[in-house]
Amino acid sequence: MSDTHAQTVAFVRDTMLPEQPPPASEAGVIKWMRENLFKGWFNSILTIVALYFIFKIVTGAYPWFANGIWTTSSLAECREMLDGMTGACFSVLTERWNQLLFGFTYPPEAYWRPTLAFVLLIVAIAPVLYPKAPRQLLVFTGIYPFVAYWLIWGGTLLAPLMILAGLIAGYFAFKQFERQSFAMGMLAGLVAAIVVIWAGGIIPASLPDALALQAVQSRDLGGFMLNMILGTVCVSLSLPLGILLALGRQSSMPIIKWICVIFIEFIRGVPLITLLFVANVVLAYFFPPGSNIDLVLRVIIMITMFSAAYIAEVIRGGLAALPRGQYEAADSLGLDYAQATRLIIMPQALKISIPGIVNVAVGLFKDTTLVSVISMFDLVGMIRGPILASTEWNGVYWELWGFAVFLFFIVCFSISKYSQWLERQLATDHR
Amino acid sequence: MSTISDPPSGSFQLSMLINDTRYRSYTFQFIALILLILAFAYLGYNLLANLQAAGLNISYQFLGEPAGYDINQTLIPYTSQSTHWQASLVGVLNTLLVAFLGCLMATVIGVVVGVLRLSDNWLVRQLMSVYVEIFRNVPVLIWILIIMAVFIAVLPQPRDFRGDDPEATMFLNAFAFTGRGFYSPAPIFGPGSGAVIAVFLASIAGIFAFRNYAKKALYERGQLIPTFWPSVAIFFIPAIIAYFIFGRPITLEYPELRGFNFQGGIFMRNSLIALWFALSIYTAAFIAENVRAGILAVSKGQTEAAASLGLRPGRIMNLVVLPQALRVIIPPLISQYLNLTKNSSLAIAVGYMDLTGTLGGITLNQTGRAIEAIFLLMLFYLAISLAISAIMNVYNNAVKLKER
Repeated sequence: MSDTHAQTVAFVRDTMLPEQPPPASEAGVIKWMRENLFKGWFNSILTIVALYFIFKIVTGAYPWFANGIWTTSSLAECREMLDGMTGACFSVLTERWNQLLFGFTYPPEAYWRPTLAFVLLIVAIAPVLYPKAPRQLLVFTGIYPFVAYWLIWGGTLLAPLMILAGLIAGYFAFKQFERQSFAMGMLAGLVAAIVVIWAGGIIPASLPDALALQAVQSRDLGGFMLNMILGTVCVSLSLPLGILLALGRQSSMPIIKWICVIFIEFIRGVPLITLLFVANVVLAYFFPPGSNIDLVLRVIIMITMFSAAYIAEVIRGGLAALPRGQYEAADSLGLDYAQATRLIIMPQALKISIPGIVNVAVGLFKDTTLVSVISMFDLVGMIRGPILASTEWNGVYWELWGFAVFLFFIVCFSISKYSQWLERQLATDHR
Repeated sequence: MSTISDPPSGSFQLSMLINDTRYRSYTFQFIALILLILAFAYLGYNLLANLQAAGLNISYQFLGEPAGYDINQTLIPYTSQSTHWQASLVGVLNTLLVAFLGCLMATVIGVVVGVLRLSDNWLVRQLMSVYVEIFRNVPVLIWILIIMAVFIAVLPQPRDFRGDDPEATMFLNAFAFTGRGFYSPAPIFGPGSGAVIAVFLASIAGIFAFRNYAKKALYERGQLIPTFWPSVAIFFIPAIIAYFIFGRPITLEYPELRGFNFQGGIFMRNSLIALWFALSIYTAAFIAENVRAGILAVSKGQTEAAASLGLRPGRIMNLVVLPQALRVIIPPLISQYLNLTKNSSLAIAVGYMDLTGTLGGITLNQTGRAIEAIFLLMLFYLAISLAISAIMNVYNNAVKLKER
């Protein structure tokens, strides 16, 4: 058969042809561009519009950055140097950086203190954020709030030390009585802490100069530092409060449940700015006559209540998402409510709520700018008030707002990236 | 067999209030109630003592007194002789105005950006995620002030439109974008315009009726009636015909430069526009993420199943993907609307006279009635957010999966 075939056909290929490269339009960059940029007429139009848009922005912004002036001391000088060219007056940043970061009345010789507090904040927060960081650092995290208070506000170190001693005494009392019952332990801890803080208060009062830094008033805080302080303090204070509110809202005791529901819904229903008005003009009426609570503390109280309500809702979502079986398993092991909550429920519920909590934290940090409305001089307040109103820098909008956008973007974007990373780390199921 | 043990009978002892789980919750609640009452009593006592020391009282008389200040953007008649109550009402309407405009624009931008973030086009996808990240991660107050700075520093002043060779010109001779705000033509309703408007409203009702008819025809007889172009025709044609029949009763009044300012037309003040745009683009970034998440939440199998039934892409989107995606999108969307409404209280930063600016701002400062003014302010926002939550609950119940 094959013989006949061989005679009728002039040529039979008996080797494989070498593979040919794909057509130029189906390989490499061209293929990628065809698929991702010019797929169909509509996509091509979109691409061209987008390219034009990017081109306009780059050509507009490049000379502005490239001709930027960093060394003058007023806008008029800067305009003179630019001589009609497009260019930024970044010198407002080099001249007023201290006001933007620390506010305009914080003593300049003490700038190292908040800076150090900020660096220590990174060290203190590391073991909380990264499970791999050495566990011993957690001790430092516990001490940090007192150190930071001392660094930023100054005064004698003994005052925060006494409060720390009170908390430690309370902790030991709690441990001592926890065997009997959780409630007993809490009560004993509370009593011990109050007694030690109250009794120990005599020591710093009698020795105001021991280990003292130059005292700074709360009203002298300002700039981005104030945003950072309000953000970190309020988020850390509102987390325990939010957990309690969430547990209260899930509780089967109607009175406690309704107290929590009304608190949460009331706070969530009003804008933060009205709460800040309360802090500014109303809250003072509710303190004992003659007491003089300063504005920063009042603002911290209101913002903490605000974020606690939001965090409570996030954690309530986490509690609701836990399977019923977890609660029942804890009950069947004979754990009481406090043990079950601490050992079984909360660790899982908090894990589910982390993305939500981070969202609230980012939102809260952004909302700290609202204090500028009640004439506190945070970053936005500094820009709107003392800097834009000064004769030297009246009219430098883009450099200043760009700087503010830059700072907030860096902080908020990295927090949200961190939360995405942590979510991946904690995803123990579906692997 | 399990033995059913009776609860321990026997007389009630005082120690059971702590040791017996049946009674312990009463103890806790009682303690909580006492603590709450004590806290309120303490705060109330302080309040009374402080008020007495300052010689003040709680009274809402001030609402009936003349306000004595002007409001530069009002929807209802208002003069400086009007009462504080009317000033507050102007503020309420201004809040609702900016909230409504903001929600509208934020939805449009948010949906477009959310869909474009899922586009095939790499460049557009990247651009949109840059937009979302930048606007989500910077406080809205900064955006409001930046847009306000555009008005102050970039846009021309009305006087720049003057002269033979002006520095700035009007857009289409009808719109003027100035640093003080935007001017646009205003419609003037002459005699007979009511009939034109009635025809227009009737034609909108007609569109709905026509669509219902088309749907019915499809479901009952399997007859496919095109709806898009007929709808467009019904929308425009009757109204235009009526407009000419009644002798063109609706005319436009163009803004005109007189002296140093524009007269006539509709004027939107710069503070309103700054607030509106900033709230819109900020909230739109969040809405875009909700839209994207909602579309991604519809599993690919749904699209494929619909395609295998022979549906065309447009119908897959309308009949299969969107109804399911909307169920995911709408609840967070409504809470974004709520956020936008609450954020509109930042109007005070640019001087737009919303409720926070009138009642919580100038009225408060003039009368010194801080507690009353802020209480009313909170009550208003609380009422709005409770109303929106109620709407959301109704909606959620309507669209929730009907499990049988």
